[in-house]
Amino acid sequence: MKPSEIIALLPYSKPFLFVDGVNSISENEICGYYTFRKDEYFYQGHFKDNPITPGVILTECMAQIGLVCFGIFLLKDELQTTKKPQVALTSNQMDFYLPVLPGEKVIVHSEKEVFRFNKLKCKVKMLNKNGELVARGVISGMLKA
Amino acid sequence: MNKEELIAKLKTIIAPYIQDEKAFKNLSEDTDFVKDLKINSANLVDIILDIEDEFNIRLENEDMEKMLDVKSAMSIVTSKLAD
Repeated sequence: MKPSEIIALLPYSKPFLFVDGVNSISENEICGYYTFRKDEYFYQGHFKDNPITPGVILTECMAQIGLVCFGIFLLKDELQTTKKPQVALTSNQMDFYLPVLPGEKVIVHSEKEVFRFNKLKCKVKMLNKNGELVARGVISGMLKA
Repeated sequence: MNKEELIAKLKTIIAPYIQDEKAFKNLSEDTDFVKDLKINSANLVDIILDIEDEFNIRLENEDMEKMLDVKSAMSIVTSKLAD
Protein backbone atom coordinates (compact mmCIF):
# COMPACT_ATOMS: atom_id res chain seq x y z
CA MET A 1 0.00 0.00 0.00
CA LYS A 2 1.44 3.38 -1.08
CA PRO A 3 1.46 6.45 1.22
CA SER A 4 -0.84 8.29 -1.21
CA GLU A 5 -3.38 5.45 -0.97
CA ILE A 6 -3.28 5.64 2.83
CA ILE A 7 -3.84 9.40 2.84
CA ALA A 8 -6.74 9.06 0.39
CA LEU A 9 -8.49 6.78 2.90
CA LEU A 10 -8.15 9.18 5.84
CA PRO A 11 -11.55 10.24 7.14
CA TYR A 12 -10.43 13.88 7.65
CA SER A 13 -10.38 17.03 5.54
CA LYS A 14 -9.33 20.65 5.88
CA PRO A 15 -9.22 22.33 8.40
CA PHE A 16 -8.71 19.18 10.45
CA LEU A 17 -6.32 17.12 8.36
CA PHE A 18 -2.86 17.08 9.91
CA VAL A 19 -0.99 14.71 7.61
CA ASP A 20 1.10 15.83 4.61
CA GLY A 21 2.91 12.60 3.92
CA VAL A 22 4.20 9.25 5.09
CA ASN A 23 7.95 8.55 4.78
CA SER A 24 8.04 4.93 5.77
CA ILE A 25 5.69 2.25 7.04
CA SER A 26 5.88 -1.39 8.05
CA GLU A 27 3.91 -3.87 10.15
CA ASN A 28 5.67 -2.46 13.23
CA GLU A 29 6.09 1.28 12.73
CA ILE A 30 5.28 4.38 10.74
CA CYS A 31 6.94 7.73 10.15
CA GLY A 32 5.03 10.69 8.69
CA TYR A 33 5.09 14.50 8.65
CA TYR A 34 3.03 17.66 8.63
CA THR A 35 3.81 21.36 8.27
CA PHE A 36 1.56 23.67 10.27
CA ARG A 37 0.35 26.39 7.90
CA LYS A 38 0.76 29.95 9.10
CA ASP A 39 -2.99 30.50 8.64
CA GLU A 40 -4.33 27.47 10.57
CA TYR A 41 -7.64 28.55 12.16
CA PHE A 42 -6.61 27.91 15.77
CA TYR A 43 -3.76 30.43 15.71
CA GLN A 44 -6.41 33.17 15.78
CA GLY A 45 -7.15 32.38 19.41
CA HIS A 46 -4.26 30.27 20.74
CA PHE A 47 -2.92 32.51 22.03
CA LYS A 48 -4.12 36.10 21.62
CA ASP A 49 -1.41 37.84 19.57
CA ASN A 50 0.98 34.93 20.27
CA PRO A 51 0.27 31.98 17.96
CA ILE A 52 1.46 28.59 19.27
CA THR A 53 0.13 25.20 18.15
CA PRO A 54 -2.19 23.82 20.86
CA GLY A 55 -1.13 20.57 22.55
CA VAL A 56 -4.44 18.97 21.63
CA ILE A 57 -3.69 19.68 17.96
CA LEU A 58 -0.20 18.17 18.30
CA THR A 59 -1.85 15.12 19.87
CA GLU A 60 -4.36 15.04 16.99
CA CYS A 61 -1.54 15.18 14.44
CA MET A 62 0.23 12.34 16.25
CA ALA A 63 -2.99 10.32 16.31
CA GLN A 64 -3.77 10.92 12.62
CA ILE A 65 -0.30 9.75 11.55
CA GLY A 66 0.63 7.35 14.34
CA LEU A 67 -2.69 5.63 14.79
CA VAL A 68 -5.02 6.24 11.85
CA CYS A 69 -2.56 6.15 8.90
CA PHE A 70 -0.83 3.23 10.60
CA GLY A 71 -4.15 1.50 11.25
CA ILE A 72 -5.22 1.87 7.62
CA PHE A 73 -1.99 0.15 6.59
CA LEU A 74 -2.52 -2.65 9.13
CA LEU A 75 -6.12 -3.11 7.94
CA LYS A 76 -5.16 -2.93 4.24
CA ASP A 77 -6.39 -6.42 3.44
CA GLU A 78 -9.87 -5.66 4.78
CA LEU A 79 -10.26 -2.13 3.39
CA GLN A 80 -11.53 -1.32 -0.06
CA THR A 81 -10.37 1.76 -1.88
CA THR A 82 -13.70 3.47 -1.50
CA LYS A 83 -14.58 2.55 2.05
CA LYS A 84 -13.08 4.67 4.77
CA PRO A 85 -12.23 3.03 8.10
CA GLN A 86 -14.15 3.79 11.28
CA VAL A 87 -11.91 5.26 13.96
CA ALA A 88 -12.30 6.30 17.58
CA LEU A 89 -9.66 7.65 19.90
CA THR A 90 -9.96 5.84 23.21
CA SER A 91 -7.07 7.13 25.33
CA ASN A 92 -3.88 9.09 25.25
CA GLN A 93 -1.13 9.99 27.65
CA MET A 94 1.17 12.70 26.37
CA ASP A 95 4.14 14.75 27.55
CA PHE A 96 5.17 17.94 25.76
CA TYR A 97 8.69 19.31 25.58
CA LEU A 98 8.89 22.12 23.01
CA PRO A 99 6.43 24.54 21.39
CA VAL A 100 5.54 24.32 17.70
CA LEU A 101 5.16 27.67 15.93
CA PRO A 102 3.20 28.56 12.78
CA GLY A 103 5.02 27.31 9.68
CA GLU A 104 6.97 24.58 11.50
CA LYS A 105 7.32 21.06 10.13
CA VAL A 106 6.95 18.14 12.52
CA ILE A 107 7.84 14.47 12.08
CA VAL A 108 5.82 11.78 13.82
CA HIS A 109 7.17 8.31 14.65
CA SER A 110 4.86 5.63 15.94
CA GLU A 111 5.63 2.12 17.09
CA LYS A 112 3.02 -0.61 17.54
CA GLU A 113 2.56 -1.97 21.05
CA VAL A 114 -0.62 -3.96 20.52
CA PHE A 115 -3.04 -4.45 17.66
CA ARG A 116 -5.68 -7.00 18.61
CA PHE A 117 -9.48 -7.13 18.60
CA ASN A 118 -9.54 -3.81 16.65
CA LYS A 119 -7.60 -1.94 19.33
CA LEU A 120 -4.38 -0.29 18.24
CA LYS A 121 -2.06 1.01 20.96
CA CYS A 122 1.12 2.83 19.95
CA LYS A 123 4.11 4.58 21.45
CA VAL A 124 4.26 7.86 19.53
CA LYS A 125 6.78 10.70 19.41
CA MET A 126 6.94 14.00 17.56
CA LEU A 127 10.18 15.69 16.51
CA ASN A 128 10.78 19.14 14.99
CA LYS A 129 12.90 19.73 11.87
CA ASN A 130 16.05 19.90 14.02
CA GLY A 131 15.31 16.44 15.35
CA GLU A 132 14.44 17.74 18.82
CA LEU A 133 11.73 15.98 20.82
CA VAL A 134 8.48 17.97 20.82
CA ALA A 135 6.16 15.44 22.44
CA ARG A 136 5.91 11.77 23.25
CA GLY A 137 3.33 9.45 24.70
CA VAL A 138 0.99 6.56 24.21
CA ILE A 139 -2.18 6.72 22.09
CA SER A 140 -4.88 4.07 21.72
CA GLY A 141 -7.87 3.79 19.48
CA MET A 142 -10.39 1.41 18.00
CA LEU A 143 -10.18 0.84 14.24
CA LYS A 144 -12.53 -1.07 12.02
CA ALA A 145 -12.64 -1.59 8.31
CA MET B 1 -9.77 -23.27 40.91
CA ASN B 2 -13.31 -22.93 42.25
CA LYS B 3 -15.96 -20.42 41.22
CA GLU B 4 -15.22 -17.97 44.05
CA GLU B 5 -11.51 -17.95 43.29
CA LEU B 6 -12.20 -17.37 39.61
CA ILE B 7 -14.58 -14.48 40.29
CA ALA B 8 -12.04 -12.95 42.67
CA LYS B 9 -9.33 -13.14 40.02
CA LEU B 10 -11.57 -11.63 37.38
CA LYS B 11 -12.58 -8.87 39.76
CA THR B 12 -8.93 -7.89 40.26
CA ILE B 13 -8.40 -7.82 36.50
CA ILE B 14 -11.51 -5.75 35.81
CA ALA B 15 -11.03 -3.24 38.66
CA PRO B 16 -8.79 -0.70 36.85
CA TYR B 17 -11.26 -0.33 33.97
CA ILE B 18 -14.67 0.02 35.57
CA GLN B 19 -16.65 3.24 35.61
CA ASP B 20 -19.56 2.31 37.83
CA GLU B 21 -18.23 1.73 41.37
CA LYS B 22 -21.59 0.66 42.77
CA ALA B 23 -22.14 -2.01 40.12
CA PHE B 24 -18.59 -3.20 40.69
CA LYS B 25 -19.15 -3.52 44.44
CA ASN B 26 -22.22 -5.64 43.78
CA LEU B 27 -20.51 -7.69 41.07
CA SER B 28 -22.09 -11.07 40.42
CA GLU B 29 -22.11 -13.63 37.62
CA ASP B 30 -24.82 -11.62 35.89
CA THR B 31 -22.89 -8.36 35.83
CA ASP B 32 -22.60 -7.06 32.26
CA PHE B 33 -19.28 -5.42 31.38
CA VAL B 34 -20.72 -2.69 29.20
CA LYS B 35 -24.25 -2.17 30.55
CA ASP B 36 -23.47 -2.44 34.26
CA LEU B 37 -19.81 -1.57 34.68
CA LYS B 38 -19.84 0.99 31.79
CA ILE B 39 -16.55 -0.29 30.39
CA ASN B 40 -15.66 1.08 26.94
CA SER B 41 -14.72 -1.09 23.98
CA ALA B 42 -10.99 -0.34 24.20
CA ASN B 43 -10.85 -1.27 27.87
CA LEU B 44 -12.78 -4.43 27.12
CA VAL B 45 -9.86 -5.39 24.88
CA ASP B 46 -7.46 -4.55 27.75
CA ILE B 47 -9.43 -6.88 30.01
CA ILE B 48 -9.20 -9.67 27.42
CA LEU B 49 -5.43 -9.18 27.13
CA ASP B 50 -5.05 -9.14 30.93
CA ILE B 51 -7.11 -12.34 31.19
CA GLU B 52 -4.80 -13.98 28.65
CA ASP B 53 -1.74 -13.02 30.71
CA GLU B 54 -3.23 -13.98 34.05
CA PHE B 55 -4.44 -17.41 32.97
CA ASN B 56 -1.84 -18.02 30.28
CA ILE B 57 -4.46 -18.69 27.60
CA ARG B 58 -5.06 -17.36 24.10
CA LEU B 59 -8.42 -15.82 23.24
CA GLU B 60 -9.81 -15.42 19.73
CA ASN B 61 -12.31 -13.05 18.11
CA GLU B 62 -15.20 -15.39 18.78
CA ASP B 63 -14.32 -15.48 22.49
CA MET B 64 -14.19 -11.69 22.54
CA GLU B 65 -17.66 -11.51 20.98
CA LYS B 66 -19.08 -13.85 23.61
CA MET B 67 -17.42 -12.20 26.57
CA LEU B 68 -20.18 -9.80 27.53
CA ASP B 69 -20.62 -10.51 31.21
CA VAL B 70 -18.89 -12.13 34.17
CA LYS B 71 -20.65 -15.44 33.59
CA SER B 72 -19.49 -15.77 29.98
CA ALA B 73 -15.96 -14.71 30.93
CA MET B 74 -15.90 -17.46 33.57
CA SER B 75 -17.13 -20.11 31.19
CA ILE B 76 -14.64 -19.13 28.46
CA VAL B 77 -11.71 -19.10 30.88
CA THR B 78 -12.78 -22.42 32.38
CA SER B 79 -13.11 -24.12 29.00
CA LYS B 80 -9.76 -22.72 27.77
CA LEU B 81 -8.03 -23.92 30.91
CA ALA B 82 -9.48 -27.39 30.37
CA ASP B 83 -8.16 -27.59 26.76
